[in-house]
Amino acid sequence: MEVEAPLIARERKAGQFIILQIDTQIGERVPLTIADADPGKGTITLIFQKVGATTTLLSQKNEGDEIAAILGPLGSPTHIEKFGHVVCVGGGIGVAPMYPIAQAMKAAGNKVTMIMGARNIGLFVMTEEMRAVADELILITDDGSSGRKGLVTEPLKELCGQTPPPDLVVAIGPPIMMKFCALTTKPYGVKTIVSLNTIMVDGTGMCGGCRVTVGGKTKFVCVDGPEFDGHEVDFDNMMKRMRMFKPREMWAKEHFCNLMQAADALAAKEGK
Amino acid sequence: MKTPDVLQKEAEEQLRSFEGRELSPKDRMAIPPHEMPSQEPDVRRRNMSEVALGYSPEEARAEAMRCLQCKNAPCVQGCPVQVRIPEFLHAAAQGDFSGAIDIIRQSSLLPAVCGRVCPQESQCQKNCTMGKVLKSVDKAVAIGRVERFCADRRRSLGNLPAVAVKPETGKKVAVIGSGPSCITVAADVRREGHDVTMFEAFHKPGGVLVYGIPEFRLPKAIVQQEIDGLLQMGVKLETNFVVGRTRTIGELMEEDGFDAVFIGTGAGLPKFMDIPGENLVGVFSANEYLTRANLMKAYQTETAHTPLYLAKKVAVLGGGNVAMDAARMALRLGAEEVHLIYRRTEAEMPARVEEVQHAKEEGVQFHLLQNAVEVLGDENDVVKAIKCIRFELGEPDASGRRSPVPVPGSEFEMAIDAVIVAIGNGSNPLIGRTTPGLELNKRGNIVVDETNRTSLEGIYAGGDIVLGAATVILAMGEGRKAAAAINGYLAGKK
Repeated sequence: MEVEAPLIARERKAGQFIILQIDTQIGERVPLTIADADPGKGTITLIFQKVGATTTLLSQKNEGDEIAAILGPLGSPTHIEKFGHVVCVGGGIGVAPMYPIAQAMKAAGNKVTMIMGARNIGLFVMTEEMRAVADELILITDDGSSGRKGLVTEPLKELCGQTPPPDLVVAIGPPIMMKFCALTTKPYGVKTIVSLNTIMVDGTGMCGGCRVTVGGKTKFVCVDGPEFDGHEVDFDNMMKRMRMFKPREMWAKEHFCNLMQAADALAAKEGK
Repeated sequence: MKTPDVLQKEAEEQLRSFEGRELSPKDRMAIPPHEMPSQEPDVRRRNMSEVALGYSPEEARAEAMRCLQCKNAPCVQGCPVQVRIPEFLHAAAQGDFSGAIDIIRQSSLLPAVCGRVCPQESQCQKNCTMGKVLKSVDKAVAIGRVERFCADRRRSLGNLPAVAVKPETGKKVAVIGSGPSCITVAADVRREGHDVTMFEAFHKPGGVLVYGIPEFRLPKAIVQQEIDGLLQMGVKLETNFVVGRTRTIGELMEEDGFDAVFIGTGAGLPKFMDIPGENLVGVFSANEYLTRANLMKAYQTETAHTPLYLAKKVAVLGGGNVAMDAARMALRLGAEEVHLIYRRTEAEMPARVEEVQHAKEEGVQFHLLQNAVEVLGDENDVVKAIKCIRFELGEPDASGRRSPVPVPGSEFEMAIDAVIVAIGNGSNPLIGRTTPGLELNKRGNIVVDETNRTSLEGIYAGGDIVLGAATVILAMGEGRKAAAAINGYLAGKK
């Protein structure tokens, strides 16, 4: 989805995100990554998955509609320099935030190997954009419907076993994928950056809802992150914290779906 | 607690007995202090409406008559913005509530807010002669309650006169934040004819008045009215704009043409206890807990999208106003038991006396001279208990305060299912990190001189980002000083 947000388009750097709200009276504040931006046109590109009330409503927006609130760019930008060989691992829509990082790493003179993983071929996003940026692109799916069959950690392990090993790994995707990427690279001593997307309210450091344990210390994803050393992150605690509101979210989703059904039924009735 | 009807009858009788005669100081001293009519504790602990119902005109007059009109006005010295208290009380005692509010508004822009949230017992009312004579600060003239009445009364009449704004100067001022210090600066600077833009990171303006202080203590309609007043004066408002990220201060001044900047970003970085288990599922900062409930309206469970964490037994750590707000909010969100855990005794609690009183009436259980040492979780990392240790008061320290010392071996566990940490806020690092040359102290607060000027030309700061976590009225006092300095700076600038 392309959204007009000129100031964010101008200021954003690789690794940063926004917080979006569908309605300023009752809407929740949801962090989403910035996949791309066009400062000339003043637009940013958002890629998201329909999971809750906000993303469902967002997916129903049509061209020309407005979004009530967008705040950003938030978070510290990715540290970009010439490392040498950078392996980027993107799982599912984790490829979207990876795109600007891969672009910037490439522009800084790095050799970029991109590993893209998804459950099946239908869930890949931005494949062509990535193909254009990366020196090498490895596709891998759970069911083998595209590229290799397996998990992203397999090619990652092979790359780490090469001589010389990669200079840096950046992994973005579901928490469980980032956890296993970090576990894969650790024995090889390859520095691994992960980008976290935890529960947030304000996104400016005020609420502390996004906090994670990194190297035994509490860090705020919104101001200290979103990127951290994957070998230091306590993923198990983070994943449990991300399920904090699951019971309530399930209820809300059901409640919301019922409302939508009721509305559809009413519309159909009136249509007759 | 007397019912509102009884309180009203008493006030009416008092007024009748004073009719047509000049009151002597002795008469004034004989008038008993007027209680604030409030919702019944058992009712209000389950609703979000304002707890205090406010004085009636008769109660406000009778309470204002208690003022001895001291020539030296010690109360005024206790007020951070020097409201001319005896004068406004005199007007109120005559029933001239509009006159009273006009006097207040010359010094304070937010009387409806301050009447509700100022810690009067440690400011104006602490110095009140009546309280001194009657040997109890609780018997001081209830200045805040009369102020609140006058402000509410004036507001209910509608069409507040527009604030006069001098001819446009063409100079631009950026105000970063929209809480109490920023509201004050925006108004005072706009009055001089400067072009003022307020930048707020959230989607609604008001800062801590909106995200932090709950509806049951400060109705949000009151805050909105103050913001509307600013907009009517021509102050511009940019919500969803986080200075330091969307634009830096440098960009605002060099590219966007702002001549001066005021930073009033508040104390927005919650402190945690640094104890084991603090990142378990069910542990919240008070900021998060209150923001979900207040700003995001999560208590409206049928409509709001922001979820709440439903808990039956809640522990709140801390003894300030925020701790009281969080504890009382937990009750309103359905908690069966709320345990407030504080390391010192009630006498040292920084919270307003009225908030402590209200919390107790509503059933919050106070655990004094205790502190949490660990949060315990189940196999899913969900909070199941809190481990505390008891304290006793030791020898007085250098400041004369008897500091609490832990009693060895006194640890005990309490079964709970949520923890709210309300032990204060540090300073938010965002502006400091993105503004080269801005001097900060070792706590991260912005360093300013006596006119609230920072180390950078044209940049001023005030409120909690300078003071550390303080109060609404102190933030307003800072805003006043900073605005005067900004107006002076711009007058001298070509």
